[in-house]
Amino acid sequence: MTNIAAEDLSADRSKMTVGSQVAVEMIGVNKWYGEFHVLRDINLTVRKGERIVICGPSGSGKSTMIRCINRLEEHQKGQIIVDGTELTNDLKKIDEVRREVGMVFQHFNLFPHLTILENCTLAPIWVRKMPKRQAEEAAMEYLAKVRIPEQAHKYPGQLSGGQQQRVAIARSLCMNPKIMLFDEPTSALDPEMVKEVLDVMISLAESGMTMLCVTHEMGFARQVANRVIFMDQGQIVEQNDPEAFFTNPQHERTRLFLSQILH
Amino acid sequence: MTLRDAAPSTPLSGQRGSGSSWLYDPTIRGIVFQVLLVVGLALFGWWVVHNTIVNLRAANIASGFDFLSTRAGYDIAQKPIDYTIDDTHGRAFLVGLLNTLVVAAIGVVLATVLGFLVGIARLSPNWLLAKVASVYVETFRNIPLLLQLLFWYKAVLSVLPGPRQGLALPMGSNLSNRGLIIPRPVIGEGFELVVGAVAVALAAAFGLSRWARARQMATGQSFPSGLAGLALVVLLPTFAYVLAGMPITLEYPELKGFNFAGGLVLKPEFMALLLGLTIYTASFIAEVVRAGVLAVSHGQTEAAYALGLRPSRTLRLVIVPQAMRVIIPPLTSQYLNLTKNSSLAVAVGYPDLVAVFAGSTLNITGRAVEVIFITMSVYLVISLLTAAFMNWFNARVALIER
Ligand SMILES: Nc1ncnc2c1ncn2[C@@H]1O[C@H](COP(=O)(O)OP(=O)(O)OP(=O)(O)O)[C@@H](O)[C@H]1O
Ligand SMILES: [Mg+2]
Repeated sequence: MTNIAAEDLSADRSKMTVGSQVAVEMIGVNKWYGEFHVLRDINLTVRKGERIVICGPSGSGKSTMIRCINRLEEHQKGQIIVDGTELTNDLKKIDEVRREVGMVFQHFNLFPHLTILENCTLAPIWVRKMPKRQAEEAAMEYLAKVRIPEQAHKYPGQLSGGQQQRVAIARSLCMNPKIMLFDEPTSALDPEMVKEVLDVMISLAESGMTMLCVTHEMGFARQVANRVIFMDQGQIVEQNDPEAFFTNPQHERTRLFLSQILH
Repeated sequence: MTLRDAAPSTPLSGQRGSGSSWLYDPTIRGIVFQVLLVVGLALFGWWVVHNTIVNLRAANIASGFDFLSTRAGYDIAQKPIDYTIDDTHGRAFLVGLLNTLVVAAIGVVLATVLGFLVGIARLSPNWLLAKVASVYVETFRNIPLLLQLLFWYKAVLSVLPGPRQGLALPMGSNLSNRGLIIPRPVIGEGFELVVGAVAVALAAAFGLSRWARARQMATGQSFPSGLAGLALVVLLPTFAYVLAGMPITLEYPELKGFNFAGGLVLKPEFMALLLGLTIYTASFIAEVVRAGVLAVSHGQTEAAYALGLRPSRTLRLVIVPQAMRVIIPPLTSQYLNLTKNSSLAVAVGYPDLVAVFAGSTLNITGRAVEVIFITMSVYLVISLLTAAFMNWFNARVALIER
């Protein structure tokens, strides 16, 4: 595991403020794949402006948990309330939640048949019903924020992995989401590209975005997260602020995991 | 001065250089090889033709294309244009060609529709639907087409009861061992008005959808242009039809004696060939479509959903454009296969180009070389035209975006 050291990342924590309103609430959430119990009694409250890093061994259910938040996966028991909307089978509510929640995937999942700019304007035009000009102007602004405005008219295949992931972040931001989910955004990247993506995520955190991030970049967790969650076998085993989490883990499983991941 | 001093030696070395190096210039080499190839091919072609002519002469066999304007002397069972025994072989050729084109064109359309439906059905989360589609594909893809044609002709259509006991279908249609008889539209006066209305409605619907798209891009407001366009295309011609005094009437088939009179008859030979070609080719197209959709990774759907796009929009804006790139090239070869396979018509007695021209005309005139040459050229031209059209379509649909 190549980790960017915390010292190499500069983040200004004073800009990251946690509000009092609840952004995401998970109450007694359970999920099964057939017989297999993937999520067991997940209880989690995320407030506006929180930056939560989720880690844990492979197969522990990290992806499944955050994918439940925008209903890419369906939970079978318990409640998930996102920005005041409870996720049920109601398609309207699912649409509503997806409009407010952005997601960045491990493998970018950019649309290869569209230019970078079109990738960014597709959802604003078709979901937000934004005029094309306005959507393009907004997209250029976000592309500038992720530092690749000059690539706007290229196709995803012509960009490096790090650039593609930054486009994916910009594409999500174009929908003006209140919450951002990241599922191992840097683990498909070459080491030299990890930092450019983490830097973009840091500036996003500094802008006050609520973030849930599955990652094993512990330097990022130290610098940005206000809470680190450790999952194992579908359960939240332990959660704490990063300082305490890394220096004084409470559970044996957490200690074992940290010893493996921090060499 | 130094320049001029050096001058005498430069052209010399330059000449020698170019004299030995032009052989190594890739552009010149390319041209030389192509010229050699063309000359070689031309010589070979001339040799083949010359040889054939000499041999035919030696064997005292008449050659030339004059037979095309002589009397054919045989009848054809199904003719889309007027034709009698006294018409020429040239006209018989035309009848066969039209019969081939008709069955191929209808087959391509039906196979595409059926193939897309089955291909999508096989991907459906509905277990039963997916299984039925799988069984369909695996059955019809794996049985020789010739056998399927014989099955439809001999085992299904020929054993139907006679017209009097035939299967009565809606609108006076009837399915019997004489084929499928359906009402025939008879065009009366004022029909031009309806055609005009259809054209105007189509143009208006097209304009409407462009306007709606432009407006959405400009203001973000959407307009149900699909629905409005459909209404236009349905209502305007209907209105014109009524206004023109209902110029299309249906001639219903009537049972007279042992057979039907009137109506439009789709003979068993035609139906067997069309059914066989359609069902066989659709099973391949279904697989092409399925492969195309599967080639688009699930991550694309998830990314679109995560952005708030609905499933229908995701399909249209994200999945289909990417799947089409994968689908079109193999789809083209399925169209070509269907067209060429239509030459199996001879097995079920449908008078296509091969049965009529390369069959009857060849046997009567004995001009084997000419007849086969013409017939092969026709298939070549049809195939090349189809391929050219599909390439053009592919460039429009798929490549614009990359
Ligand atoms: N569609 C599915 N059907 C059946 N089992 C699944 C499915 N998706 C995931 N699983 C199982 O659920 C468990 C949790 O998967 P999940 O992807 O959430 O793990 P993760 O913590 O994200 O792991 P990783 O670090 O490898 O990404 C795994 O054991 C996985 O095999
Ligand atoms: Mg995962």
